[in-house]
Amino acid sequence: MPGKILVVGEMKGDSLKKVTLELVSAANLIARDGGLEVDAVLVGDGSRKLASELAAYPVKTVYVAESESLKNYSSEGYSSVVSNLMKEISPYGVLFGQTPFGSDLASSISGKLGVGFVSDCTGLSNEGGKLVVTRPVFGGKASARVSFRNSSLCLMGIRPNVFAVAEKANGAKAAVKEISGETGQIRAKVREVLKEVGERIELTEVKIIVSGGRGMKGPENFPLLEGLAAALGGAVGASRAAVDAGWIDHSHQVGQTGKVVSPTLYIACGISGAVQHLVGMSSSKCIVAVNKDPDAPIFKFADYGIVGDLFEVLPVLKEELSKLIH
Amino acid sequence: MWRLGTSAADSFDRGMDDMNLLVVLKQVPDTDAQIRIKDGKLDTSGVKFVVNPYDEFAIEEALRIKEKRGEVKITLLTLGPKRAVEALKSGLALGADEAFHLVHETIDGSDPYLSAFVLAKAIQKLEADIILCGKQGIDYYCEQTGIILAELLNLPHVAVVTKLEISDDGKQVTAHREIDGGIEVVESPVPLVVTAQKGLNEPRYASLKGIMAVRTKKIEEWSLQSLGLTPDEISGQARVNYESVTTPPSKPPAKIIQGEARDAARELVKILIEEAKVI
Ligand SMILES: Cc1cc2nc3c(=O)[nH]c(=O)nc-3n(C[C@H](O)[C@H](O)[C@H](O)COP(=O)(O)OP(=O)(O)OC[C@H]3O[C@@H](n4cnc5c(N)ncnc54)[C@H](O)[C@@H]3O)c2cc1C
Repeated sequence: MPGKILVVGEMKGDSLKKVTLELVSAANLIARDGGLEVDAVLVGDGSRKLASELAAYPVKTVYVAESESLKNYSSEGYSSVVSNLMKEISPYGVLFGQTPFGSDLASSISGKLGVGFVSDCTGLSNEGGKLVVTRPVFGGKASARVSFRNSSLCLMGIRPNVFAVAEKANGAKAAVKEISGETGQIRAKVREVLKEVGERIELTEVKIIVSGGRGMKGPENFPLLEGLAAALGGAVGASRAAVDAGWIDHSHQVGQTGKVVSPTLYIACGISGAVQHLVGMSSSKCIVAVNKDPDAPIFKFADYGIVGDLFEVLPVLKEELSKLIH
Repeated sequence: MWRLGTSAADSFDRGMDDMNLLVVLKQVPDTDAQIRIKDGKLDTSGVKFVVNPYDEFAIEEALRIKEKRGEVKITLLTLGPKRAVEALKSGLALGADEAFHLVHETIDGSDPYLSAFVLAKAIQKLEADIILCGKQGIDYYCEQTGIILAELLNLPHVAVVTKLEISDDGKQVTAHREIDGGIEVVESPVPLVVTAQKGLNEPRYASLKGIMAVRTKKIEEWSLQSLGLTPDEISGQARVNYESVTTPPSKPPAKIIQGEARDAARELVKILIEEAKVI
């Protein structure tokens, strides 16, 4: 197996996104066995500044492209820049985060260069020079083992929160190289970005999610979940029933038509456990369900359960956790 | 007006404000379906198939554009086995005008590049100003086909769209798309590919009249050979290899923590720290 593994990093404001460091560790995992080199690329506003931060992690070279035409994300612009770099350094595999950014960019590059892209990978291995990935299919009800036909180049989208965050490299610092920010023609242009109110935590990236469903009864009870999430340093999720009732914004919805999350701890409160919900959270490391119905399907999928009224259980949970943490 | 695969002369006599919408849709196993795997593949016997829910948002959007603009033709296209004709019929019952079925028994969307390649070949024979797709299939969750399709047709795309506006002259769209922590407002010239996300609209149900009207509408079957593709060329476009699909061993049911709410909550905290080690 020749050459390099390239990590396509992601930034948020003036910091590296956690998924970028997860990609670095995933890349090192497959590079280790084949004696491959891990490189990374950052594109867009602030990439120059963050490149030196990324250079402290186990990568050989960090490529950066920062230019006026790359100020806002565009599939056309960013995919040109990354495709050009790929043509230049001929990596064997390229890793993206399975995020709105990574998913859009990798698909564009797949079409542009005619190379295969396997999205939403939850496992990676290097089997004697052959990259094999595992990924959930049919809403997590089955798992597939996938390899690439054209083994000279492959793109992989890595689900956040599956791989550990990379540790900084011992003393060594990667080289930082500027690459061309030449984008070619951009037809679909971002005119503006409407930020959501407040600093919302991205559900797909947090380690702990406290989710509420129809059992929450109304929007006035969501502070219960928020309090518990805050005590745990996590974020609030929701079932579609809660979203459709207008109790919480759709960006919090977990499931088939919401987000696919894989936190270390998922606490489902007043959620029955419909398949469409399970699809979004079944790969969580530990699932806890609080439901007053002992026959709720969620108990078949949860690791731990409390059969009881969430209005009695949640306040105590929060109290106990706050005691521990503060 | 822009037509894929037709010369300017062909579209000369069309009105100024007409528009062709092409909805690419797919039939998928119903999410409620129990998944059984046989020889490393989905065992489809007894499985109920439905129109991919994200594609329903794409169809609905096309219907709304038609209702608003009038002179709009909605064409449906699917790639799939014989049974996938049912998905086309569902779309026609809702109000689409005509449908094309690329019949292939094994291309199932698990290799999005291959699907997009074949679909692009077909689309070059059709007319389209806006190509609407679902953002992903709920079977393989790849989230790629629409975007790769755009690249292969050399068109811009806007993916994961929750709002779509078309300028009065039909030459430009403004779309909202979901990104981490916000919404991107994207402007693109027509023609383009759009992939639909939940929130774009509320899909409607078919009326009895719509269902009756399906019989009068055109559903044309195309083989891959009729697009000039040989089996060798098709396998040459495959990019990934599903070596096997397995169902996980069933999980034991939850360990129920007994006792009054207060005690159970206390016990849970202890377990999460000491046993599960997740906090
Ligand atoms: C195409 C399609 C896509 C869908 N996509 C999604 C999706 O992305 N995400 C999603 O979540 N759903 C989705 N659904 C909907 C899904 O099928 C369910 O309807 C939904 O998940 C139910 O939400 P729920 O569990 O909150 O509500 P319910 O099923 O009504 O369950 C409420 C639960 O709360 C419990 N409860 C009530 N009061 C209390 C109390 N005081 N204390 C403790 N427990 C209590 C009840 O026992 C019950 O189990 C989709 C459906 C379709 C058809």
